[in-house]
Amino acid sequence: MKISEIQKLLNAEVLTCKENLDNDVKSACGSDMMSDVLAYVKDQAVLLTGLVNMQVIRTAEMMDMVCVVFVRNKVPTDEILALAESKNIVVMKTGERMFDACGILYSSGLRQVK
Amino acid sequence: MGEILKLHFDVDGDDFTSAGEASAEVKKKLRLLGYSPETVRRVSIAMYEGEINMVIHAGGGVADVEISEDCIKIVLEDHGPGIENIELAMSEGYSTAADAVRSLGFGAGMGIPNMKRYTDSFNLESTVGVGTKVTLVINT
Repeated sequence: MKISEIQKLLNAEVLTCKENLDNDVKSACGSDMMSDVLAYVKDQAVLLTGLVNMQVIRTAEMMDMVCVVFVRNKVPTDEILALAESKNIVVMKTGERMFDACGILYSSGLRQVK
Repeated sequence: MGEILKLHFDVDGDDFTSAGEASAEVKKKLRLLGYSPETVRRVSIAMYEGEINMVIHAGGGVADVEISEDCIKIVLEDHGPGIENIELAMSEGYSTAADAVRSLGFGAGMGIPNMKRYTDSFNLESTVGVGTKVTLVINT
């Protein structure tokens, strides 16, 4: 699934790296616990989270994730956005809640690669 | 690359925001040196978990990384409270982290299991009241 499709499905606002919207996402993960995210390697994945701090971007960076979606309209700080921009990670925010956001993407065919 | 490249980092225990900078630096270096994406990812995740642990449990510490052709060795050392029951600390889901740490997205009891999961050799030495030393080796 292309990042641009995720953006449309979640009616999300793109905050960094708009030039990467054509890139593919192969897997997804929804969690507020970063250690749980780090437990399973997923290539070219999107992370959905309600947690807002620098370690969300660090976690995405370590996992080679390509996109982070903040749910429930949480607003990341400029510092968070600058780090994501420098690591070439697309950040967006959506008004959807975690459960709904995951459900929308799942029912559109996105899966967690095991 | 015949010789061993050595890197040293001081991990600041007071700044949760900057935690992970050392791991990010190592990741960048390994990429530039041309290691496989899988190796780079395993090293960075294992070291990142170690770095986070030093910040949330031990007030910081030092990280020494040795990069050679065959393997990457990471030694993380702190002078924190030490681990009382290492076997328990190794089990998934066990955590002594405070609620404040959980609200930051860590303390799920996956840190040490993750370090073990992504490394070929994992060694943990700890003395209560003295500190903890973790040695991680990832074969390339």
